[in-house]
Amino acid sequence: MGSSMTRGDIENLATDFYGLLESFKHAPLYHISFEIFLVLAVIWLVVFRKPRPIEKKLTEKEKQDLIDEWQPEPLVPSVDPNHPALNVRVLDGIVGKTVEIDGKKSLNFATFNFLNFVGNQRIADKAIQAVQKYGVGSCGPRGFYGTIDIHLELEERLARFFQCEEGIIYSYGFSTIASIIPAYSKRNDILFVDEGVHYAIQKGVEASRSHVKWFRHNDINDLERLLAEQEVLDKKIPKKARSIRRFLIIEGLYVNYGDICPLPRMVELKYKYKYRIFMDESVSFGTIGQAGRGVTEYYSIDRQKIDLISSTLEYAAGSIGGFAVGSSFVVDHQRLSAQGYCFSASLPPLLAAAAIEALNIMEEDNTLLFETIMEKSKRLHKKLLSIKGYIISGDEISPLKHIRLTHAFNTIGRLEEIVQFAQTRDITITVARYLNDEHLLPEPSIRLILNVEMTDEELEFLCAVLQEALVKVTT
Amino acid sequence: MNKSSSSSSSSSSSSNSKSKFISENVFKFQNHEEFEETPTWAAVVTVLGYAILSALGWLRDFLRHIGFEEKKTAYDPNPKDFVPLYQSYECFYTRNLYTRIRDVFNQPIASVAGAEVHVMERLSDDYNWTFKFSGKKIPSINLGSYNYLGFAENQGPCSEEAIKSIEKYGLTTCSTRHELGTQQYMKELESLMAEYLNVEDCIAFGMGFATNALNIPTLAGKGDLILSDKLNHVSLILGARLSGATIRTFDHNDVKDLELQLHDAIIHGQPRTCRPWKKILIIVEGVYSMEGSLCKLPEIIAIKKKYKAYLYVDEAHSIGAIGPRGRGVVDYWKVDPNDIDIHMGTFTKSFGSAGGYIAGKKTLIDHIRIYSHSACYSSSMSAPVVLQIISALNIIMGRDGTNDGQKRIQQLACNVRYFRRQLFDMGFIVYGNDNSPVVPVMIYMPAKIAAVNREMLKRGCAVVTVGFPATHLTESRVRFCLSAGHTKEMLDHALRAMDEVGHLVSLRYSKQNPHLRWHDLNRADYDKEYLSLN
Repeated sequence: MGSSMTRGDIENLATDFYGLLESFKHAPLYHISFEIFLVLAVIWLVVFRKPRPIEKKLTEKEKQDLIDEWQPEPLVPSVDPNHPALNVRVLDGIVGKTVEIDGKKSLNFATFNFLNFVGNQRIADKAIQAVQKYGVGSCGPRGFYGTIDIHLELEERLARFFQCEEGIIYSYGFSTIASIIPAYSKRNDILFVDEGVHYAIQKGVEASRSHVKWFRHNDINDLERLLAEQEVLDKKIPKKARSIRRFLIIEGLYVNYGDICPLPRMVELKYKYKYRIFMDESVSFGTIGQAGRGVTEYYSIDRQKIDLISSTLEYAAGSIGGFAVGSSFVVDHQRLSAQGYCFSASLPPLLAAAAIEALNIMEEDNTLLFETIMEKSKRLHKKLLSIKGYIISGDEISPLKHIRLTHAFNTIGRLEEIVQFAQTRDITITVARYLNDEHLLPEPSIRLILNVEMTDEELEFLCAVLQEALVKVTT
Repeated sequence: MNKSSSSSSSSSSSSNSKSKFISENVFKFQNHEEFEETPTWAAVVTVLGYAILSALGWLRDFLRHIGFEEKKTAYDPNPKDFVPLYQSYECFYTRNLYTRIRDVFNQPIASVAGAEVHVMERLSDDYNWTFKFSGKKIPSINLGSYNYLGFAENQGPCSEEAIKSIEKYGLTTCSTRHELGTQQYMKELESLMAEYLNVEDCIAFGMGFATNALNIPTLAGKGDLILSDKLNHVSLILGARLSGATIRTFDHNDVKDLELQLHDAIIHGQPRTCRPWKKILIIVEGVYSMEGSLCKLPEIIAIKKKYKAYLYVDEAHSIGAIGPRGRGVVDYWKVDPNDIDIHMGTFTKSFGSAGGYIAGKKTLIDHIRIYSHSACYSSSMSAPVVLQIISALNIIMGRDGTNDGQKRIQQLACNVRYFRRQLFDMGFIVYGNDNSPVVPVMIYMPAKIAAVNREMLKRGCAVVTVGFPATHLTESRVRFCLSAGHTKEMLDHALRAMDEVGHLVSLRYSKQNPHLRWHDLNRADYDKEYLSLN
């Protein structure tokens, strides 16, 4: 709306404009052409020209400079010479119920020698016979003349012990479960894993590249929540969901905590949500159950319902290696797809012979051995609970317990002091060692392991020493 | 496909043949490696063979699906509405191709895996779906086990040491290296091995596969680059994957490709962010077990120094078996052991035991002692296994007062030369380096994999035949592993058998060499060479 224009203003405007045009007529040609050129240049600049990208090609000299300038990090970072792993106790003898350290014998509550088969004469004799027949090494993987008749015998015996169809053995305990999981679970599959599983299982899970859903340690409600969530997701993509395999990875008795998994409920959920169960019974083999068959026997669950049970020969059986048992449908697949089985030399025959003899002893003794160890674990648990100032973690029938100090006090330094003090009183115990990149690093603790041949007096003595140590550390 | 590369270095000057170590004129340093190209017609026929087998496989699967044929595979004990554990196509190969020739793999033995072995006879009356043992044991010459220096013995000083150690130490400590698992014999083994390899320190583990898979993650991580040879072993690939570093492969033993990749990697930095790499690790093997080739160590070391990368050499098959003093590829190429950052190897092959080691500078080994997954979570090595290695090492190093060790190394070198030369001259295509105790002979066609194995077993030779997926689809082979325990008579027997089988099954593919029968070869020539070397 501006001010209304008077007639006079319009006449002035017209006159000015006319004058402009007249001046154009009188201007020289070069002037006009230059003006037109400028106008056209402005139009072109505004409308047509695109910003030119900056050239990224390097010259040879620049490349050489980059190469010369590049400095790698050192291969390994500097290490602390006082790290406990560099200052371990060096032994020189049988590490059985007692162990000799610096010339003194002490009671051993630190090694996984549950059934005291280390140093057992029958097992040693069988191992010696095996060396005299087969030599030491097996000199090849299972596929290339590394399968010795003694391996086949051990696999059959393990399957028979667990009343399963088939068994398979590995030459290294760690590699067993770490090779089994990637053999079945691939990129698109889903793994429901307890947070407290031990490191080898974590590595297996990592190697499989599957989707992992961690649930809180031994918390069945948390597992149900995850399963329900997954079911909802499945309903959205029904066709794809029909090809996604699901697995539940748990331990029978957790090495890091000493507690038993709630297996009956997990088996119920298995048939509701349609997943397969892979259970690692490293600690519970030979220690839990009336005949040492593990958590399935303890809960009286049909072993056919568990798809695969894996375990180790390095704890109760007193040998080296690992194994898995289950139905032929499941186990046979590993013979071609488990990397730790196909691409590695087989178990030395003498260790297989030792394991067979260990199984013989376990089957002969039948229930006595296992009743005894469960009984003693309960008694030890009661005694430990009576020491005020320690927090005991683990089931009462578990032969493996974790001891911690009350919250504020619980540091590795103090626990090491307790260990050292105990050593001066001829009790050998150890702080549980972990690597820092565990999925859920457990709190520092002393891992106590019960040997079935410990007498009541020896257990009393252990508790007395622990009591004394506590006093020493907290003052 | 492949090339034939040969470079013969200057042979060392002849020296006093009574010298303490293997005399130089016995071990003339000739580095010749050859990979004759696959004849085109053989490749075509092989692919055709697989196509026919696949077509038959589909037909059989269809017949099984409609119920015309019985399903022989095991049944899933779970209810039908569970997601199938195996996809049908994943098992196609196993069901239809592998099962046909399943009897040649996983053959059980019933004796020590020495130079001679007793193979247990298996019979099947349902085309390899199930086996029964007949109880018969077939004595055969063992050309399949890894027994390079012949230490797979059930008698002798090594077994005696192993037996003594069982009495003294038991079989296991049931504890990890970080806790209570370090025994005096472990320290002895580690210092002895460090001395053997001429490096500062060494650490040993209970399994060779685990040594790679569980320790490479401590050396490399996110932000690092791993350059790995295309034909590296599965354990190296698994270790590299678990480490989280970026992995790139270079063509097998191709030094130019490696240099190109290094060059580009440093210039362009990490993908997407273009940040410089934190470090670069080159992973190679000493002897490649399927090809028989040796890595080109001097050139790789030159490149690694130029570009400031780190070098990891896996000497699983070369330690003890290669080199005039049995110290592996470092000894063979006469390079400085300090130029290789990480020496790795296994005790399974040349020492007749089990386990693996990593050796290098003390700072490296200390780091591994602290951070290795194996040292923290696995049981420590078993006493007899360790004592076997220690006594084998003492023998090889001559510390037991005899020259048995040198004799074994010498015997192996002779056997390798003798065997390889004759196979070559008969017209077979033999891959690999002239000095490698791993002798792959090409057979290409899938049906011949089974034929060669069965026929050789009939003639008393236990051999290993491999096909897909361990090798390339068209490159099936029979792989001989020679041993110091093989005598000349055994090798002659094996060569005669190979000659007959080669004639029966048509394995003479070579275009470079004439096709000769064994009796056509000039026996006197080979015998003279063998006896002079010995």
